[in-house]
Amino acid sequence: MRVQMSSQTGRRIASAALIIGFFVLWEVLCVGFNIKDIVLPRPTQIIATLVTRFPAIWPHAVQTLYETLVAFAFGIALGVSLGVLVGSSRLAYDVTYPLLIGFSSIPKVAVVPIFVLWFGAGTVPAILTAITLAFFPIVVNVATGLATTEPELEDVMKAMKASKLDILFNVGLPRAMPYFFASLKVAVTQAFVGTVIAETVASNRGIGNLMMIASSSFDVPLVFAGLIILGALGVALYVVFSLIESRVTGWTRRTDEFAMG
Amino acid sequence: MSLAVVADNTVPPPEATARRDSFVELERVTHTYGRGVRQVQALSETSLRIEKGDFIALVGPSGCGKSTILKLVTGLINASTGYVFVAGRQVGAEPVRVGMAFQNPTLLPWLTLLDNVMLPLKIVPPFRQEYRAKRRGEFRDRIEALLAQVGLAGFSNKYPWQLSGGMLQRASLCRALIHEPQLLMLDEPFGALDQFTREELWGVMQDLWTTHRPTVLLVTHDLKEASFLANRICVMAARPGRIIDDSVVPFPRPRTVEMSYEPDFVAMTQRLRELIIRAKPPKGAAP
Repeated sequence: MRVQMSSQTGRRIASAALIIGFFVLWEVLCVGFNIKDIVLPRPTQIIATLVTRFPAIWPHAVQTLYETLVAFAFGIALGVSLGVLVGSSRLAYDVTYPLLIGFSSIPKVAVVPIFVLWFGAGTVPAILTAITLAFFPIVVNVATGLATTEPELEDVMKAMKASKLDILFNVGLPRAMPYFFASLKVAVTQAFVGTVIAETVASNRGIGNLMMIASSSFDVPLVFAGLIILGALGVALYVVFSLIESRVTGWTRRTDEFAMG
Repeated sequence: MSLAVVADNTVPPPEATARRDSFVELERVTHTYGRGVRQVQALSETSLRIEKGDFIALVGPSGCGKSTILKLVTGLINASTGYVFVAGRQVGAEPVRVGMAFQNPTLLPWLTLLDNVMLPLKIVPPFRQEYRAKRRGEFRDRIEALLAQVGLAGFSNKYPWQLSGGMLQRASLCRALIHEPQLLMLDEPFGALDQFTREELWGVMQDLWTTHRPTVLLVTHDLKEASFLANRICVMAARPGRIIDDSVVPFPRPRTVEMSYEPDFVAMTQRLRELIIRAKPPKGAAP
C-alpha cells in the first residue's frame, strides 16, 4: 500500500515538474533568443498581466465557464438519450449512424453564423455551438457500452422476464458508465472549444471575445493570459470528472479502495 | 415459420391439450437457425416430457441441440414447428419463474455478491413488489443463508473480481435460485472449473436441489456429472439434433463422489459413452 502511495506521489511530482519545466524553458528561450513581447511574451509577463488585470479578465472567465457548463449539461442529456436510443437496438444504430457521423463532420465554426442568425449574438449561440461539439462523443460511447452487453447476461435477464427498461437500468447503463465517463473527459474539453469559437465570432463577452479584442490591439500578453485561463478551466473540469469517475466506476480498475468504499 | 405457431396460440392442437399432466412438454418440436441456404437444423422432431421437481440431464456431443432445448423451454427462442408447454400453457404465456446459470458466471462486476444475488428479487414478481421494503432485511437474510448453504458465508460484500472461478459459479447458482424458480436451467455450469471444484459443486448442486426442489434441466458434456446429478439422462446425437436414449438413473441419494467409482455407476457412464460414440455421424462430418 505504501509503495503504491509513494509511486502515486512520485507521479504527481513528475507531472508538476514537467509543467514547471515547460514554463521555465519557455522563459529561458524567450530571454535567450531575445524574442519580442509582441511575438511571444514570457510566462512571467503573462502571469503579471493575469494578476494586474484580473478584475477585467474575471467576468469574461465566469461567462465562458457558465456557457460551457450549461452546454455541457445539455450535451450530456442529449448525448445520453441519443446514445441509449442508438445503442439499444440494431435498427436504430444502423439508421441513425450515417446522419450522426455526417453531423459531427461539419466544422462547427461554420454553424455559428447560423445560430447567430436565429438567436442573435451572445450567450445562446455559444451554448449551442458547445452542445453540438460536446454531445457526439457521448452518444458514440454510451451506444458502444450498451451494444456490447454479453448475450448470456441478456439471456439471464430475459429468462427472468425482465422488461427492456429493467435490462437497461440494471445491466446496460451501469455497464456503459466507464464508456460514458471516458467520453465526458473528451466532451468537456470539446465544450470549451465550442464556447470559445462562438465567443470569438459573435459575442461581446467571454474569454474568446477578450482574446479577439486583445489581439486586434496587439495586446499579446493578454491574449496569452486568456489561453492560460482556458487551459486552467479545462484542467479543473477534467479533474472534477475524473474524481466522479473514480467513485462511480472504480469496479473497472478492481482496486481494493473501491471494494472498501 | 414460428409465426404459424403464434397464430395457433388461441386454438391449441387437440393432442397437446389432451395431456397436460407433465410440467414441461415438448411436442414434436423442431428448431432451425438461419434462413435460406445457410439454414441449419439444430433440432429435428423431438418430444420430451419432464415431471415437476425432476432432474434431467441432456448429454451429447457439441451441436446436438442440447442448448437449443434449454432455450426453447425458457422461451428465449421459438420452436420452428411443434409446441412447447410449461405448466400446461404455451411457453412464454405461463407465469413460471425461471432461473439460469451458464458456464460463464456472468455476475455484474459493479455489484457485490449480495447485490448480484439480489438482482432476480428486484425484477421477478412477486418479489419485485416487495423489493423496496424487504431489500435490507428479509431479502438480505435469505441471500446470506443461501450463500452460506453453498459455502460462501462471509463473502457477501466481496466484488466478483475478488473471488475465484469456483466461488463465482457458486454465487451464480445462488442468483439462479434466489427467486425460488420452478424451472432451473443449467448450461454446462461446471464446465470451466477444475476437477476437484467441479466434484465439490456437484455435491452443492445436489444439496440445493434436495432443499429447493426446482425442476432442473442440466446440459453437460460430462457423463459422470450427469449420472451423479440427474434422475433421468437424455442422450442426444448431432446432425440432426435428436434424442436417441432416455434412461433413469437408479442410484440412491444423497450420492457421493465415492459412489461414482462403483461398478454400477461406471457401467452407466460407459453405456452412455458408447451410445454417443455409436451415434456419431460417419467420417467427413465435423464432430
